Amino acid sequence: MLIKKPADIPAAEITPKHLYLNRRNFLLGAGAIAGAALAGSKIGQIVAPSSTVLAGTKLEASPSSFSTTEKQTPFNDITHYNNYYEFSTDKYEPADLAKNFNTRPWTIKVEGLVNKPKTFDIDTLLKMHLEDRIYRMRCVEGWSMVIPWVGFPLSSLLSQVEPNSKAKFVEFTTLYDPKRYPGQQRNVLEWPYVEGLRMDEAMHPLTILAVGLYGETLPNQDGAPIRLVVPWKYGFKGIKAIVKIKLVEHQPTSTWTKAAPNEYGFYSNVNPNVDHPRWSQAKERRIGEFLKRPTLMFNGYGDQVASLYAGMDLKKNF
Amino acid sequence: MKPKYLKPFVFLACLVPLGRLGWKALNAGLGANPIQVITWSTGTWTLVFLMVTLSITPVRKLTRQYWLIQFRRMFGLFAFFYVCLHFTTYIWLDQFFDWHSMMKDIAKRPFITVGFTAFVLLIPLALTSTQASIRRLGKRWQMIHRLIYLTAVLGVIHYIWLVKADIRKPVIYAMILSLLLAYRIVVWAWARFAAPSTAQAASIGRRSIPAD
Repeated sequence: MLIKKPADIPAAEITPKHLYLNRRNFLLGAGAIAGAALAGSKIGQIVAPSSTVLAGTKLEASPSSFSTTEKQTPFNDITHYNNYYEFSTDKYEPADLAKNFNTRPWTIKVEGLVNKPKTFDIDTLLKMHLEDRIYRMRCVEGWSMVIPWVGFPLSSLLSQVEPNSKAKFVEFTTLYDPKRYPGQQRNVLEWPYVEGLRMDEAMHPLTILAVGLYGETLPNQDGAPIRLVVPWKYGFKGIKAIVKIKLVEHQPTSTWTKAAPNEYGFYSNVNPNVDHPRWSQAKERRIGEFLKRPTLMFNGYGDQVASLYAGMDLKKNF
Repeated sequence: MKPKYLKPFVFLACLVPLGRLGWKALNAGLGANPIQVITWSTGTWTLVFLMVTLSITPVRKLTRQYWLIQFRRMFGLFAFFYVCLHFTTYIWLDQFFDWHSMMKDIAKRPFITVGFTAFVLLIPLALTSTQASIRRLGKRWQMIHRLIYLTAVLGVIHYIWLVKADIRKPVIYAMILSLLLAYRIVVWAWARFAAPSTAQAASIGRRSIPAD
């Protein structure tokens, strides 16, 4: 006899979202008031974090069989622990620095070796058929999250511009605007940020352009208004705030590869057997967990993507 | 010159970084990756205390505040205290006693190799920091305690080698350390080549050294 276990009810369905997202602020606020009352000072202003501006707009999205059922990383952690060097090299800073980043108007130019080059407006793309994609995200630094993205397959955008037979790679570029991106005022990396995928990787159904998180439009610090998500690769391949997508013949050089060619390769597939030259990649710390867990080959997406790399030496093509 | 309660006050002040960390830990203030914050904080404070320890000699001589020497051992021991916390964080919270993985780390990861070496080199210094050891070891005591220069250099290299791209902060430590070491070289060169009598210069421990 088969006893079917009902699906777990997500927290979002029990508590209204704005309340559960703000529960920490509530507790901190209560603590701050008590503290201020005790000390009779402005302690409240020192300990209370800057209030999070949730400019998120609800997105209509359908579920996807590619989603994992693992416990999702809390919204607050996904939005306050960000590698976004255009804002800061400190992961705790983009949340605040990106607060006033304006993502309208925004267009994405799709060009290169295509029959129908086209410039897309972000608001048009938000009307595409969107899906919830709950993916594992493994950072090259050794930590990981489970993130409920909202987006659409990159392939559905590329098919609209009709790549021609010469197109072998896809090159992505982030916005370059040092006035809006304080981090771009220093040459810690070569700006603008560039990433690339091989054509078959780009067309793979797991590869998405994300426009949302937790059912709403992307927070700025997570790459708004549109970013790449390739769940079997290290997180830095997921280029943020994309303004240009170019179909090219030759393998593009990623920004991190330029910065340190022996440390960050073009493929950067999650691989516990190939260590970063300076640290091990065998394990990872899932944000919110105490003990490290073993890192999975292709971040656990081997069944879907291992065939893309059949016969390749992944130690050389790291 | 020196108020009576200065020493206990400085001692407590040296514990503030730990207290702050503890307070944050109890108030969910360590962010998404608390173990990394603890590792970074204890590591940073180790470096700070190493730099402060190495500043005592130049500062007391340049400003003629010779009584500052009383604080050198305390600062040095606080550097050791924070590096112990740093190392404990690594073996307990970060690696969770995975000895195999730690051995591999120490052997294979240059930044961990130098960091571990720096830590090990501080142990004999902490062990021989007592008044009795100073008396017993005599001139050898100073020789042993010059290891702190090596520890500080390795500590800064450890920091530089672990960052991904933004080396601003470790470079600040490298510059401060260079200054502190340059002072020693100048003093040594002065005593060796420029002073009227080298023997005299070497024997007068509290002789003030020209700043240039």
